[in-house]
Amino acid sequence: MKKQLTYRKITKLKYVNEYRDEDLAKSYLAQIKDIVTKPWNIMEVCGGQTHSLVKNGIIDLLPDEINMIHGPGCPVCVTPIHLIDEAIYLAEEKNVILCSYGDMLRVPGATKSLLDAKAGHADIRILYSPLEAVQLAQNHPDREVVFFAVGFETTAPANAMSVVQAHQLGVKNYSILTSHVLVPPAMEAVMDDTESNIHAFLAAGHVCTIMGISEYGPLVDKYKIPIVVTGFEPVDLLQGIYMTVKQLEEGSAELENQYSRVVKSEGNQNAINLIQEVFKVDNRVWRGIGNIPQSGYEVNEKYAAYDANLKFSVNIEDTPENADCIAGAILKGIKKPSECSQFGKKCKPEFPLGAPMVSSEGACAAYYHFNFAMNQI
Amino acid sequence: MQYVCPMPKLDFDRITLGHGSGGKLTNILLQTGVFDLLSNPYLDEHHDGAILELQGPTAFTTDSFVVSPIFFPGGDIGELAVNGTVNDLAMCGAKAQYLSLSFIIEEGMLMTDFWQVLVSIKRACEIAGVQVVTGDTKVVERGKGDQIFINTTGVGQILPTAKISMNTVKEGDVIIVSDVIASHGIAIMSKREGLEFESDIESDTRPLNGVIEDLISKYGDSIHLLKDPTRGGLSSVLNEIARDSGLGIQLEEKNLPINEQVKAACEILGLDPLYVANEGIFIAIIPSNLAESVVEHLKTKVECRSASIIGRITNDHPKQVIIKSSIGGKRVVNMLVGQQLPRIC
Repeated sequence: MKKQLTYRKITKLKYVNEYRDEDLAKSYLAQIKDIVTKPWNIMEVCGGQTHSLVKNGIIDLLPDEINMIHGPGCPVCVTPIHLIDEAIYLAEEKNVILCSYGDMLRVPGATKSLLDAKAGHADIRILYSPLEAVQLAQNHPDREVVFFAVGFETTAPANAMSVVQAHQLGVKNYSILTSHVLVPPAMEAVMDDTESNIHAFLAAGHVCTIMGISEYGPLVDKYKIPIVVTGFEPVDLLQGIYMTVKQLEEGSAELENQYSRVVKSEGNQNAINLIQEVFKVDNRVWRGIGNIPQSGYEVNEKYAAYDANLKFSVNIEDTPENADCIAGAILKGIKKPSECSQFGKKCKPEFPLGAPMVSSEGACAAYYHFNFAMNQI
Repeated sequence: MQYVCPMPKLDFDRITLGHGSGGKLTNILLQTGVFDLLSNPYLDEHHDGAILELQGPTAFTTDSFVVSPIFFPGGDIGELAVNGTVNDLAMCGAKAQYLSLSFIIEEGMLMTDFWQVLVSIKRACEIAGVQVVTGDTKVVERGKGDQIFINTTGVGQILPTAKISMNTVKEGDVIIVSDVIASHGIAIMSKREGLEFESDIESDTRPLNGVIEDLISKYGDSIHLLKDPTRGGLSSVLNEIARDSGLGIQLEEKNLPINEQVKAACEILGLDPLYVANEGIFIAIIPSNLAESVVEHLKTKVECRSASIIGRITNDHPKQVIIKSSIGGKRVVNMLVGQQLPRIC
């Protein structure tokens, strides 16, 4: 059966140009400049926001008092080395069709990346949706198909959906290799680190679209910091930063929602139900950061047959990070990419030492590709 | 224009290894297919090579085409193979004249598909005014290719008033793009297995030699540089120019012409249009005082309706391409690392 994944007809997108409007952006910049009186460290949690900040040149446009610190919200960056090695092992040694989002392929494992394994004839395929992987499994009943289920809460519903769908269709040769991480525990880990000095957060709009905003109120109360749920377009980001600075300058600490055209307080209940159907919350190792308790999803007992870890009983030990790579400090916002001695030298997107230089959402790659490469290359 | 080129009646419906053996089957395929369809005095000689009379500076270029799928919205691999090489010659300031044409066919390719590719080649040659004067056909075992790969090599004499050279690019020159960007890559992507989406987006594959010959006859050596930004997208070509000229390039994001559907597809797929392939546009680097005139001239051509001034050459930030974002920020535009999508052309 030829797979048929047909998207709705693409026409002009709404809500894009409106949020890239130069006049509106300048007006928020002026308002930020008007109210800021002190230096503030604001962490944007999500790699998508980091990407947008640098792509649109926003960091340079902000007043000097505003120091944007780039958070751990790049799923590719925090996927531990041993899971990449496990994916490579499954593709090379177990004759598995290993499916992954494209960003994951160039991330270095202990000795090589998935892309290296692909060049060496492992069957590794880049997909845009895990549902395609289920179809692939149907089309190849004689092969095992594994989807590398990487991501934050945002990609969890689709990955859960693929498991539910495989179960409903009786597809037994499909499983997922899970590397799912959660935002709120990561924010706590950042705040609890004695070296970090964060005054406020822009929370990740897309994660909140799924999960709602209720998890962030307790963080506001615990750490007494403003959290503003923020979108990804330039005007979204500038408005989110303005709302954050306003709170900081007024001495308040509230949970606010800048991205209300997308994020509902209660989130997306259908998506949450799917996540709860398939996953359970468990401890997770974050690359560069280490173990964070109750910070990720694992496939639960009901769907254990779809858990690649259990199905293939692979146990690969974690390998230490390249000694020259300061990914941990980058991911916790303690250092900027340009403060790394190897940035743009031994570590470049084409030869990354660590994961943040790979994904376009990784802080190092974002800096390299966009603004901050100017003085480094 | 609909071409009526009925396929000759053959006693096989798929290409087999024998069609590449050089023996009888090869001869049947060539005689009834390639030679008749592409007939011209040079090819009709059926010799080991073509004997051409060329005088003066001559451009010489080659390109291989491995696009998947071979038929895509707005074109196919045959048309692409002709237009790609014709355009490379045009970018040198040459009048595209003669092509070689080599096929590497995978065993089992449907004869009807091969015929359709041949007819496209014939049509593209006629539109571009070039002749296929020599060629080759090989067949590889099933699984060792992907239906068909095509190589074309082209020669053409340099137009008398053309002086296209990296050395003539100067600070203050402006950069013009001839039409909307990123259409080819997105058209291919819309048909990739597993990623089909509905759209009206078509590849921009087309010959640019007519437009370029006209441009050079009107503006002569004021056209400092021409480049067609194919598989690496606009960013790669601009970075090559910055690197090779030792000068900097400033771009204006707001001025980049792009079709709304292509823009929407790029947003959804997470692609930067600057890195997406094109097959039917060029960039021209010219003195700033001619910028408006060249744009107006280009806009009269059907191939260049959206011609725009997108940036300029600067002595600031040598060897770097920097774009001013739509909200006024700046970023470096680097060359594509790895690939956004394989086998795009």
